[in-house]
Amino acid sequence: MLAEIGYGILVVTFFVALYSVGAAIYGDRKKSAAMVESARRAMLLTWPLITLSAACLIYLLVTNHFEVSFVYEVTSRSMPTYLKITAWWGGQAGSLVFWSWLMSAFASLVTLRKWDRDREFLPWVIVVTSITTAFFIGLAVFYENPFAFMWFDKTGQVIKAMFQPLGSIPVPLPADGNGLNPLLRHPGMIIHPPMLYLGFVSFVIPYAFAMAALITGRTDDRWIRITRRWTLVAWLFLSAGLVLGSRWAYDVLGWGGFWGWDPVEIAALMPWLTGTAFLHSVMIQEKRGMLKHWNMILIILTYALVIFGTFLTRSGVLSSVHAFAQSAIGPSFFAFIGVTFITSIALVIYRWPELRGETEMKSMLSREALFLLNNLLFMSVLVVCFWGVIFPLISELVTGQKVTVGPPFYLRATGPLFAGLMFLMGIAPLSAWGRSTFMTLGRALWKSALASLVITAVLFFTYTRNAIALTGFFLIAFVLLVTLVEFMRATSARMNTQGENFLVALWTLVGRNRRRYGGYVIHVSMMLMAIGILGINVFQIDTQKSLSQGETLAIGDYTLRFNDLKQFPNMVNGQEERYVNRAEISLYENGKLLTVLYPRYDVYPDGQPMTIPGLYSTLKGDVYVILVNWESSSASLAPFKVFINPLINWLWIGSILFIFGILIAAWPEREVEPVAVHSRRVHQTGSAD
Amino acid sequence: MKLTPGNKKLRITFLAMLALALGIFLAGQVYRPALAQNPTPTDDEVNRIAHQLYCPVCENTPLDVCPTEACRQWRDLIRQQLSKGWTEDQIKQYFIDQYGVRVVGEPPATGLNWLVYVLPPLIILAGAFILFRALRAWTKSSKAATAAGSGTEAPRDDYVARLEEELKKRK
Repeated sequence: MLAEIGYGILVVTFFVALYSVGAAIYGDRKKSAAMVESARRAMLLTWPLITLSAACLIYLLVTNHFEVSFVYEVTSRSMPTYLKITAWWGGQAGSLVFWSWLMSAFASLVTLRKWDRDREFLPWVIVVTSITTAFFIGLAVFYENPFAFMWFDKTGQVIKAMFQPLGSIPVPLPADGNGLNPLLRHPGMIIHPPMLYLGFVSFVIPYAFAMAALITGRTDDRWIRITRRWTLVAWLFLSAGLVLGSRWAYDVLGWGGFWGWDPVEIAALMPWLTGTAFLHSVMIQEKRGMLKHWNMILIILTYALVIFGTFLTRSGVLSSVHAFAQSAIGPSFFAFIGVTFITSIALVIYRWPELRGETEMKSMLSREALFLLNNLLFMSVLVVCFWGVIFPLISELVTGQKVTVGPPFYLRATGPLFAGLMFLMGIAPLSAWGRSTFMTLGRALWKSALASLVITAVLFFTYTRNAIALTGFFLIAFVLLVTLVEFMRATSARMNTQGENFLVALWTLVGRNRRRYGGYVIHVSMMLMAIGILGINVFQIDTQKSLSQGETLAIGDYTLRFNDLKQFPNMVNGQEERYVNRAEISLYENGKLLTVLYPRYDVYPDGQPMTIPGLYSTLKGDVYVILVNWESSSASLAPFKVFINPLINWLWIGSILFIFGILIAAWPEREVEPVAVHSRRVHQTGSAD
Repeated sequence: MKLTPGNKKLRITFLAMLALALGIFLAGQVYRPALAQNPTPTDDEVNRIAHQLYCPVCENTPLDVCPTEACRQWRDLIRQQLSKGWTEDQIKQYFIDQYGVRVVGEPPATGLNWLVYVLPPLIILAGAFILFRALRAWTKSSKAATAAGSGTEAPRDDYVARLEEELKKRK
């Protein structure tokens, strides 16, 4: 009963979203404020509707309604309740509803703002956001229905459908469900999809305003100013999603790293690349009125990559081009991306003359020029990533031969580009809007550059001779020094001129220039992350060995002794949720006992294993031990793989500071709104009132 | 000692045994590499090669971390090949011959695969060229603008010059 209701609500929502699109267009064309308001209300209505539908779905998930195909696929009796709820986004069909839920929430949030100054944008923002919502709901309604039941057709094959297909019989109620993929039963994996989707969905808002600007002809930077905070928030969520996904990979995938240049990872990275380029490039438009065409193109690309990223991870195209064509969803996604991209570009071309800005640039070293260089580098990384992901598909399509484009390709190609970006992070803050010369930049930079060289020399003699690492450390030191000097200089200027003490000066400084100093904090945090990334990529060592009980293995300065292995089932709700194999390892450094670690691997009822490392984390690095799950293990003999990951924790420390930096940059300032003031006529005679 | 017939036999036996011992010793030196099979390759040696290969069945999974039964067997195969003295290149070539180029992390630069290595640099260079041209055009046009406008600057310059003088006096 509930499944039919949930599905019915989804169908209604689909048509409400479509109505909202139609009413908005009609209202704009016919200049009917009433129709536009009706469209707005329809769009607002989609969120409570989807919430209701989602509530039905969650109820079905939590109460083990295995007759519903999606519930059967992603839950099982032995799962704890909170995991059953998060299973909502644990599978294809449910995650489409989740995407739509977030999209309609954000679209509603946007329409709740004050529109007085931007009335003409409203209809088109509604159109774009409602089309996107309708698309994802449509996919759920027509292709991947989370409420569908399972039926046997005449040949005995299982088909999924809402209403009984002709000639089929219902599948008998399964006693238990498949259960959520064990890899997804991890806190990181619970938050990572919502974060990523939040990032994806929030980037739709600036895109919607950009389209509104193009359609209405208001091609000044009003649309950028309105969406400035949205862009930052979108970037925050997307970055958080990427970091959480990395942490999850590090914690449960058991291969000792956090980023494997897997196409699915790259699918989420690509909109982040254009999003970061966009963040910087809009500053040029705001400050100097330039690059209006380019900013439009960037946000269009970001939107396309957001949908493309969702498509890549959801459509099965990555496992095989042919799987994509046979899936229901693949061609729809492809068509949607194609249509929206072509329409958007057509709009830009249509408005090309009006987008002409004040293209005046006094110097090749001005901040504008350096920001453009930043954009070029980000676009270059994007080209490498996009091509690396697409090429295997093209190869399979054209030659029938599958190829692998793996980490060596990406590292080699993007390494120098990221180094270039780091270098820019060091010099751009010191360049001036409008005019900069070698002399002015050089004078500002030489001390930091020299100090960085000294630091690098020290590292050369004490830590490493590796050229890549030393280059990386030089750049990191350079950016850190330049940025910290900026903070110190401005703070001490305030201390001298305003007589404030250090903390007050710093606080006021940051408070008055949140974007700039928030941006600097973000740059600093990225350098901390770079330390971690360099450490693990250049200096990681690993070893694998089967140990008998009491035996030790040595790696670096560490010794590990295998003490014991326990094997037992883990029971939840009276059912075996998983079978645990847990080893006990004593970790020594130079003979001194550091800690005891418990690497384990769990086997779930469907046979899926999950490897959880024993981790010893310090600022110096991680000792990462896994119990190898593909060899047999017992208390007398167990195979272990140990990684030493130097400096890796700077990556996580940096990412926390990163979030903090974005919050600073995005924190609302009291906006100065022009207000109409009625002047009071003072009577000429007599006293003032 | 006098070389009596008994002594002679002893000496010959002794020399023969010495010769035999020497012969065995020398033979052992020559044949030792072949006789002493490489000791069973360690997990690390297997992984070093497996890390550069990709599971022929799963997506984008390096062979040293792939948990499937098939990959286990492939790692055992690598172990056997290593113990037989195969080199790293021989092993990699064997896998390529058996399972196709998808087992290595970068496609060999043949045929269509050239595009992997050539297209990104081309596009990036094209982008850099466009950017450079645009920057040049913009800086040139702004220089032209300031040159054209210099006629009208004169009064302002005058004012600016007076201002500068005043400021210098106050310093």
